Amino acid sequence: MKTPRTTIRRKLVTAMMLTSTTVLLLVGAVFIAHDVVSFRRLLVQALVTRANILAANSTAALAFRNPEDAGQILAALKTDPRMIAAALYDKEGRLFATYPASIPPGVVPPASGPIGHRFEKSDLVVSQPVAEEGQSLGTLYLKSDLQELDDRVRVDAMVVLLAVLGSIVVAFAFSTWLQRRIAKPILTLAIVARNVSEHKDYSLRAKGAGDDEVGVLAGAFDEMLSEIQQRDREIRQLNADLERRVDARTAELEAANKELEAFSYSVSHDLRAPLRHIDGFVELLAKHAGPSLDEKGRRHLATISTAAKRMGALIDDLLVFSRMGRTEMRKTSVDLAALTQEVVQELKADAGNRSVEWKLGTLPTVQGDPSMLRLVLVNLLANALKYSGPKKAARIEVEAQSQNGELIVSVRDNGVGFDPTYSHKLFGVFQRLHASDEFEGTGIGLANVRRIVSRHGGRTWADGTINEGATFYFSLPK
Amino acid sequence: MTMLKRILLAEDNENDVELTMTALAENHLANEVVVVRDGAEAWDFLCHQGTFAGRNGGNPAVVLLDLKMPKVDGLELLRRMRQDPRFKAVPVVVLTSSREESDIVQSYRLGVNAFVVKPVAFEEFIGAVKNLGLFWAVLNEPPPDRIQSPSAA
Repeated sequence: MKTPRTTIRRKLVTAMMLTSTTVLLLVGAVFIAHDVVSFRRLLVQALVTRANILAANSTAALAFRNPEDAGQILAALKTDPRMIAAALYDKEGRLFATYPASIPPGVVPPASGPIGHRFEKSDLVVSQPVAEEGQSLGTLYLKSDLQELDDRVRVDAMVVLLAVLGSIVVAFAFSTWLQRRIAKPILTLAIVARNVSEHKDYSLRAKGAGDDEVGVLAGAFDEMLSEIQQRDREIRQLNADLERRVDARTAELEAANKELEAFSYSVSHDLRAPLRHIDGFVELLAKHAGPSLDEKGRRHLATISTAAKRMGALIDDLLVFSRMGRTEMRKTSVDLAALTQEVVQELKADAGNRSVEWKLGTLPTVQGDPSMLRLVLVNLLANALKYSGPKKAARIEVEAQSQNGELIVSVRDNGVGFDPTYSHKLFGVFQRLHASDEFEGTGIGLANVRRIVSRHGGRTWADGTINEGATFYFSLPK
Repeated sequence: MTMLKRILLAEDNENDVELTMTALAENHLANEVVVVRDGAEAWDFLCHQGTFAGRNGGNPAVVLLDLKMPKVDGLELLRRMRQDPRFKAVPVVVLTSSREESDIVQSYRLGVNAFVVKPVAFEEFIGAVKNLGLFWAVLNEPPPDRIQSPSAA
């Protein structure tokens, strides 16, 4: 779990500061606007009042057409520095008197304007009628600057600025405190989560994260941790159980293997001895009592002897078969072509003067145990030779082909074949499809073939038709 | 003074003893055989002790040894003989029903001179025993007998 780039703490403070500052600035702006509007109204009111007083004072001067008096009355305005200019107009609207007495043209209008007040650039202007007993005598014009308003706005701005600054400080302190209350449980949760993911320690808990949504989150997190811890424990237990069971099973297997070895030992030693005795004493009996026995008695003795010898052969075969499953495989490269050639040469000697046509296809080099593979070929080729015995011209073919990533070797003969209904029985121990007086053998050969091939990771199967020959296949993985 | 018997047959099974003796008799070697029924008795014979205390003669020309015997088995007797300077050189032939590889390996490791599996077929058995008796008791020159006391000679 990586460390976050921006902390939630900073985000919270920033959000709170932005909000409070924006609100304060908006409020300040509204306050200043409102103050300016009401202050202008006051300024207008004050100037109109002053104009009314001045107008009342100037009635005599206008009535008697005395500009000097009028000038003196206006001159009283000099006590007020805000006053820029003033003018009196007679009832015809002609300029009658001004303040200051000498004035550059353009500062006051040359003729009386409309009654009322108006703001001009940085000035406030008021025109007020001068009248007595309903008789209009002229117009008073007053022009005041707006310095006061500017000062007022400046002060307002300063106040707002100070208020904003003060509020920011307070807001920062407040939001820091608040942020701690909000962020702390989240941070605790984050730290616990990081520790869990880094150390895979599912016994950690984020408890005490408050009673808000973060508290709910922490609760759920803790629950999940408990669940994981529980499962973790279960998995560990299962694993331990499994290992224990594997150990026990291995021990059992080893014991079974030892037992099997002991069994085959006693088979080889203890079962052979009585057989030898049977055969030996039958032989002795035949020697001693043979001449006095009739034909039937001698035949019975011969049967006992044959049976004992056959049982000896069966035991020997069984031992070889059992050993074939137990002995360690020594895998090397085996040249199937050379091996087959060798086996064929040996078998040719057994074939005597029978007419046998051997056809060997292209056989590759494979990985396997040479002596075991040799036994496979000996069994298959000897079978082919044996079961093609009744044919005048026997033909035996050995071929190999690659198919679906495995090598398939086939041994085909044109011998007596077999009933395909029983082909599944061919590879069983001591299973035979022909009577033993027809073809000799114990029926262990193909069982050995299957065992060897399956130890090499391959399969065995066969095709056959009665009196038309048989084909035996085995596959080897590549 | 009894003549030195040249063959010591250690075999617990009566039937096997009879068949082996029959086979040896066919070659007129039966009179040369002393039969013991287990390894302990064989050891007594070799050491002139127990029932064989005061017997005449020295070591046999060959010991025909069965592996599975009560008390002291064949391999144990073989080990004892090979560890004892008196019997170290005495030829020992294992004659057994076992064809187990471990028995064969073990016997040769202990210094056996030959390992013969008793054939089931009687004719073959007769042939094997005949050959053994002829070779070891007649043809083969046994090692000089060192423990033979001058008085017994």
